[in-house]
Amino acid sequence: MSNASIPLLDMYRTMLLILRFEERCNYIFMQGRIPSTLHLYIGQEAVATGVCTHLGHDDYALSTHRPHGHAIAKGVAPRAIMAELFAKKTGCCQAKGGSMHVGDISVGMFPAIAIVGANIPIAAGVGLAAKRLGTDRVAVAFFGDGAANEGAFHEGLNMASIWDLPVVYVCENNLYAASTPVSVAFRIEDIADRAAAYGMPGVVVDGNDVEAVYEAAGEAIARARRGEGPTLIECKTYRLCGHSRSDPRTYRSKEEEVLWEENDPISSLGERLKRMGLATDQSLAAIEQEVVDLIDEAVAFAEDSPAPEPIDTLNHVFYPHQAYETAEGEG
Amino acid sequence: MSTPSTNSREVTFGEAIREALVEEMRRDPNVIIMGEDVAEAGTPFKVLSGLVEEFGTERVIDTPISEAGFTGLAVGAAMTGMRPVVDIMFGDFLALTMDQVANQAAKVHYMSGGKLSVPLVIRTTMGASRRSAAQHSQSLHAWLSHIPGLKVVLPSTPYDAKGLLKTAVRDDNPVAFFEDKMMYKLRGQAPAGDYIIPFGVADIKREGTDITVVATSSMVHVALGAARLLEEIGISAEVIDPRTTVPLDTQTIIESARKTSRAIVVDEGYEGYGVTAEIASVIADGAFYYLDAPVKRMGAMHVPVPFSPPLEDSTIPTQVSVAEMAKTLCGKV
Ligand SMILES: Cc1ncc(C[n+]2csc(CCOP(=O)(O)OP(=O)(O)O)c2C)c(N)n1
Ligand SMILES: [Mg+2]
Repeated sequence: MSNASIPLLDMYRTMLLILRFEERCNYIFMQGRIPSTLHLYIGQEAVATGVCTHLGHDDYALSTHRPHGHAIAKGVAPRAIMAELFAKKTGCCQAKGGSMHVGDISVGMFPAIAIVGANIPIAAGVGLAAKRLGTDRVAVAFFGDGAANEGAFHEGLNMASIWDLPVVYVCENNLYAASTPVSVAFRIEDIADRAAAYGMPGVVVDGNDVEAVYEAAGEAIARARRGEGPTLIECKTYRLCGHSRSDPRTYRSKEEEVLWEENDPISSLGERLKRMGLATDQSLAAIEQEVVDLIDEAVAFAEDSPAPEPIDTLNHVFYPHQAYETAEGEG
Repeated sequence: MSTPSTNSREVTFGEAIREALVEEMRRDPNVIIMGEDVAEAGTPFKVLSGLVEEFGTERVIDTPISEAGFTGLAVGAAMTGMRPVVDIMFGDFLALTMDQVANQAAKVHYMSGGKLSVPLVIRTTMGASRRSAAQHSQSLHAWLSHIPGLKVVLPSTPYDAKGLLKTAVRDDNPVAFFEDKMMYKLRGQAPAGDYIIPFGVADIKREGTDITVVATSSMVHVALGAARLLEEIGISAEVIDPRTTVPLDTQTIIESARKTSRAIVVDEGYEGYGVTAEIASVIADGAFYYLDAPVKRMGAMHVPVPFSPPLEDSTIPTQVSVAEMAKTLCGKV
């Protein structure tokens, strides 16, 4: 694939939107204006962006406890995510989900699943339905290195493979599961090696290089659409922030953090765009302004939105109407 | 008592379940079955035999031995257009599926702000006395009844099994459907064609005036046996079968307890923290001023189910033990 066909500027904008969105969330959170905890996506923006750029609203993404980046890249409106974080009725889950469950199925983003690994078999089931219904939809499951040690990973990958389901498994290996480094949780260097055990391709890519992610994801998604089955893509990346709120990050060294900061996916892409003549300092500043305006608007929308009513607590426990029609042509 | 309609004939409990599935699969091509040994083998209990011949392996799907995994697949497929009926061979294996059932299926509708639904049926078995010991004999419907967002069905007759299973398949919520594996050969009347039984409507299996016995699944037959014994000594027992623990028809249960002023709740789940406790508290709450005796609970003994036949039999209520309890409550010892 030549660089010309890769929508680098669009991806730069998406990545910057994710970064600035997460920074704003953190700021607002520190001010005590939103409840709960936050798992921020800072540093991993290239993964969600490189993958989701290939997906239409008809395709599906299934995310984790760290879902804001996936949601933005998949096309969920930042204002709907922000309103959810503010626990407002206009939030994408009507204030029933919060940070760990953001999603909007109207753009193919499932409410995120905060049980580590649980989205992996569910994505296979989404693929099963897509296949049975004769569509060419693809399901992408994002998950961390930690999830690759859940039983759900093994069961899900195996079934996706034996039934050739249109699923792409994207493992974001950010080197830590909360405070646990991959070196103490794995005997293998590359999680992608596990793909072989299930008879599917396993690919390792630099998760901080959005072009590399884009190319690997493009191939895997095309393969899935052709009905040839799932792929496991391991994106080597790094979370440039704490795991969640109040994470002192004593489990990793300052030197390591600095190394990865220098390899941050957004600034390196900005430099590359300028070298390629696709951007200037001014055009990048314009994108920055556009992104900040969008986030300002999202925050204002969230703040101005109403809180849910007390009665909403009881809504949506069960789907209300039953499809109790009588069978046709029988009995 | 529900009255079967005109085209009724005798079928077994297992045949009633198979018929419900066949009819629903003919009606709706999005109904699929997933589970271990469901296709060629038709399950170890032979409940699904013949289905793969009619519907093929695309719709009657033999899975690897991955209960957590294929239940997860079913959740995903249910959210995106399928109506999967998952087969969990032994209720004990629900333990492996609990994340997908309790954390995923049960919560998606709520957490999506009502935008997604999970029309999923989990068929599984319950019931001791098959000499299968502690890992193949439990009745774990209380686990699922405890989780908001799940409906729980416990049929006791072929008629109820067919009508309730059809309702389960058509319900847009996750439904757990518990079949007592000792009842598959039980015979009873059921219509040949389509009919449904709504959830949350208890069935009065026997009318009576002196004591109410609320019983579920196979315990309905234990309660009916006890009622016959009691009749001989002049005690008239009313047997109420809630048929679904979620939603629970509290009204019928309370009305019966108010009428008879005594109540026993019998269920094959463990007695401690179980379904009997929930229903007993419903009666205590709703019929307190009408009661002449404390509400009594009879569930499975709070021990792992033992292998030894006499020991195993001692862990579950019998018609004799229920009748004895009723006699005590009625002051006829
Ligand atoms: C089944 C389960 N176990 C534990 C947790 C608590 N927990 C939340 S995130 C996390 C670490 C996950 O690590 P990883 O999968 O690598 O994702 P990352 O946080 O690095 O994005 C843990 C242990 C959980 N949510 N679910
Ligand atoms: Mg990680």
